Amino acid sequence: MPQTFAKNANIWARLILWGGLGGLIIYTTTSWAVFQSSWATGEDRVLEQPVPFSHEHHVAGVGLDCRYCHTTFETSRFAGLPPSETCLHCHAHLYPDAPYLAPVRDSFRTGEPVAWQRVNDLPDFVYFDHSAHVAAGVGCETCHGRVDRMPLMAQGAPLTMAWCVDCHEAPWAHLRPPDAVTEMGWTAPGGDAVAYGRRLAAERGIAPDTSCSTCHR
Amino acid sequence: MSAARDDLPRDDDARWVRGGHDMGSVTDLVAGAVAPARTRKSWLLMLLVTFAGVGVLFVSVLWLFSEYVGIWGIEIPVAWGIAIASFVWWIGIGHAGTLISAVLLLAKQPWRRSINRFAEAMTLFAVACAGLYPILHLGRPEHFYWLVPYPSTYGAWPQFGSPLVWDLFAISTYLTVSLLFWYLGLIPDLATMRDRATGLKAKVYGVFALGWRGDARHWARHQRGYLMLGGLATPLVVSVHTVVSFDFAVAQLPGWHMTMFPPYFVAGAIYSGFAMVLTLVIPARRWLRLTDVITDDHLDAAAKLMLASGLIVAYGYASEIFFGWYSGDPSELSLVHSHLAGHSAPLFWTVVTLNVGSAMFLWSRRVRRSVVPLFVLTLLINVGMWLERYLIVIGSLEHGFLPSTKGEYTATFWDWSTFLGTLAFFGFLMLLFVRFVPAVAMAELREMVPPRRALRPPPPPAGPEVTP
Repeated sequence: MPQTFAKNANIWARLILWGGLGGLIIYTTTSWAVFQSSWATGEDRVLEQPVPFSHEHHVAGVGLDCRYCHTTFETSRFAGLPPSETCLHCHAHLYPDAPYLAPVRDSFRTGEPVAWQRVNDLPDFVYFDHSAHVAAGVGCETCHGRVDRMPLMAQGAPLTMAWCVDCHEAPWAHLRPPDAVTEMGWTAPGGDAVAYGRRLAAERGIAPDTSCSTCHR
Repeated sequence: MSAARDDLPRDDDARWVRGGHDMGSVTDLVAGAVAPARTRKSWLLMLLVTFAGVGVLFVSVLWLFSEYVGIWGIEIPVAWGIAIASFVWWIGIGHAGTLISAVLLLAKQPWRRSINRFAEAMTLFAVACAGLYPILHLGRPEHFYWLVPYPSTYGAWPQFGSPLVWDLFAISTYLTVSLLFWYLGLIPDLATMRDRATGLKAKVYGVFALGWRGDARHWARHQRGYLMLGGLATPLVVSVHTVVSFDFAVAQLPGWHMTMFPPYFVAGAIYSGFAMVLTLVIPARRWLRLTDVITDDHLDAAAKLMLASGLIVAYGYASEIFFGWYSGDPSELSLVHSHLAGHSAPLFWTVVTLNVGSAMFLWSRRVRRSVVPLFVLTLLINVGMWLERYLIVIGSLEHGFLPSTKGEYTATFWDWSTFLGTLAFFGFLMLLFVRFVPAVAMAELREMVPPRRALRPPPPPAGPEVTP
């Protein structure tokens, strides 16, 4: 009786079985890695803006405080974007004719706000409140990164749910006194941010919630 | 398979095969039924009919994916409709396979050998039908994988306190083990099919036979593996429907919140599973001309198990009513009243008549051994068990604690088309199964018959098939 399969069938069978197993492992580890990567989360992503505004220059160079432009981050869900008048306080005198500032001048003239693109953009099904986080003593830097080193604004954190939940479960390392929230490169006195944060949390009653409805309302 | 394969067939084994078969003829009988020389017209016709039903299922599912569960008749408070009732029904039917394969294997019941393959196939297909429903019912079925604890970027596990997650694990475990069990048992038979076929057919069977040569080592390992899987599968016989019953029992609704539910559900599952086995086997054994190996004795044995499980189901009904009354809780009492003489009474008494009444006929040996009455009874029990699940799911949901949680449910066209679609899908898979896969475990049957018929003319040259 002739053989049903040629001699190399065993090799094929092994190849397919081991290849399938190997492929599964490669598939799972790769997709795990890809979805954690900045390519998927958008961390460090820079969006094109109507005006190439440099936080590095205005914060580190000029020394403006965050509050100068983002006036409502302590009192409202939204940090607030400055009206064009704020820009023109200075830019009516400095570079008044610079072509790249034309959108700002146009906006002042027409009353149409400049169409800034939101960089740290949370999904619409997430309820987020700036004032709550700032009141608890979470610094701007924690979520927005070192904006004083960003010539162009980039997404400062992965903004995945795991990233949110991690901090809600153990916020200690990210807590500061309320008067230091806007400070860039702040370090905890004594060097141990976790111990300092725990003390702050105990003193000020900071205990973030992790129930679903805290953020998904 | 018996633990000691080298034993000669025992007398009590032999009585399960009629017609004076020997190893060769029993193989011819089964293999001939699987791969007839010409495709039978009746098979083709049934395949076409069921395929049309699969089309209905496909359209229903597509429409559901597009419009979500609003196309069904569900609404608060009756948020579970016949989709969940059918889910429980299908899962229940899927219980007979493992019971026959695993429990009867460990109990060394020789009669399981003629129907285990068939029952296991039925189990797989029933579980496949059942598994559709929870996913379709998710509301956002495209996110079904959120039930799986995988390393996501959400930083959150599935809700392990939810019976839905337990369901996922229970059903997927059951499906995996049933599939392995079925396939492991099939390997020697697939090798037989390979050896009897030529060309492409031989290659296809050959791939699935995994190079089986009937070597003594093959048999030794096969036996050991089969027995171990049988041991693993045995707890699953009770675990799956126990978990399904938790879907209800962990809720506080009148009629659901009962410690009786797990055993009550398991008994119901075995009852309906055996009913479905018989519903399928009775016509199939005739159509496949397998009455020599699936004898009236087999029907008798299965009917006895049905009687036993049916009595537990009857006890379940009685205790449901008793505990409802004994609780003294006004909501429970009002549900009991509704079942006995109120809104749901017609359904309740139909269920009792079909399930308990039918079981009573099985006390009679004559009924257990006569094909037509037994077939009719199994059909009635299948219907009765479906209605029972309807009563449990919808009867309780319509009957909450407050006036505001009382509601009505009417199944819509899409409810029915999905259910009928799964019936057709099930039939379609069964038809493919009997056409391409040995419907009876040949290798196991050969253990029960003599190697050669005593007074047989000089045997023809041994067939190419592998003999143990």
